[in-house]
Amino acid sequence: MELAIEFDSLSQQIINTYQRGFPLCSRPFLQLATEFNVSEQEVIDCLERLKAQQVLSRLGPVFNHMQAGASTLAAIAAPVDKMNQIAAIINKSPQVNHNYAREHDYNLWFVVTAATESELTQAIKDIELAIGYPILVLPMERSYHIDLSFKVCFKPLAQEVANDH
Amino acid sequence: MSSKKISPLERQYIVLTQQGLPLCAKPYHWLAEQLDISVEQTLAMTNDLKARGIIRRVAAVPNHYKLGYKFNGMTTWDVNDDQAMEFGEKVGQLPFVSHCYLRPRHLPQWNFNLFAMVHGRSESEIAQYQQQIKQLLSDVLQSHQGPTNDVLTSTRILKKTGLRLRVNSK
Repeated sequence: MELAIEFDSLSQQIINTYQRGFPLCSRPFLQLATEFNVSEQEVIDCLERLKAQQVLSRLGPVFNHMQAGASTLAAIAAPVDKMNQIAAIINKSPQVNHNYAREHDYNLWFVVTAATESELTQAIKDIELAIGYPILVLPMERSYHIDLSFKVCFKPLAQEVANDH
Repeated sequence: MSSKKISPLERQYIVLTQQGLPLCAKPYHWLAEQLDISVEQTLAMTNDLKARGIIRRVAAVPNHYKLGYKFNGMTTWDVNDDQAMEFGEKVGQLPFVSHCYLRPRHLPQWNFNLFAMVHGRSESEIAQYQQQIKQLLSDVLQSHQGPTNDVLTSTRILKKTGLRLRVNSK
């Protein structure tokens, strides 16, 4: 599979370096520009381009929901013909920040967040009431790895496979 | 200030930055101005929020879908409770696992207690990762009922947003 967007080497470096974090200083892009041997403005322009292409969804602090409030994973086994309708009700809640359709009897998987545990319980009750189906509540008991960054491989798939053999 | 409690100023910081920092040479100058504190204080606050685990990192958040990682699989496992912690740790270390959690079972509807999310550029990549996890867990998998494990591939993203704190909520 080919990527729809071509990435120059600066973009590739920026994506793989910045997703792990950028330096905490008053001019974070200048420090990386020096490292990449380009100007500060080139780094900013490149970031702007990647944002416009929606390759970067945002740039800034990544908050830990668990620390900033309460949250849980939740699932619903929605009848297939009512899935869209139920998903629309779930998505309307400002307290839902992820919702994925998955291939399973439990076919809607979403994350509910709230400022406190009691608000979270109430939010789940409200959604349950609005959709009329029971919610499977699966709060995190322990997390082992919650770093969503991973090194992006820019080689086309076929080439990567060929190199592996 | 206790580690979890957020001050009003910190709440303001979160509200101002949860959609991202502005793309300019001095993003913290902008933030400092908004918060009506110095740039040094803003950087110190960022460091402190990071040290307390409220900020995981200050980074560029890529859209993996646009980068070709169009497939993700939520692999779920029924792991012996006595060894779940130890093996959860091991699964979490695998390079293709982005997050790994222990969650409660809800018998009889739901018997899986370990969740590991994997990302890939093809369905076969996901299947291959599932096999690798299965091998790692081969001695501790059990079956309360039905299968010892499953993989739930995502068919559609229906909603995805960052953290959204309301300005006025406590």
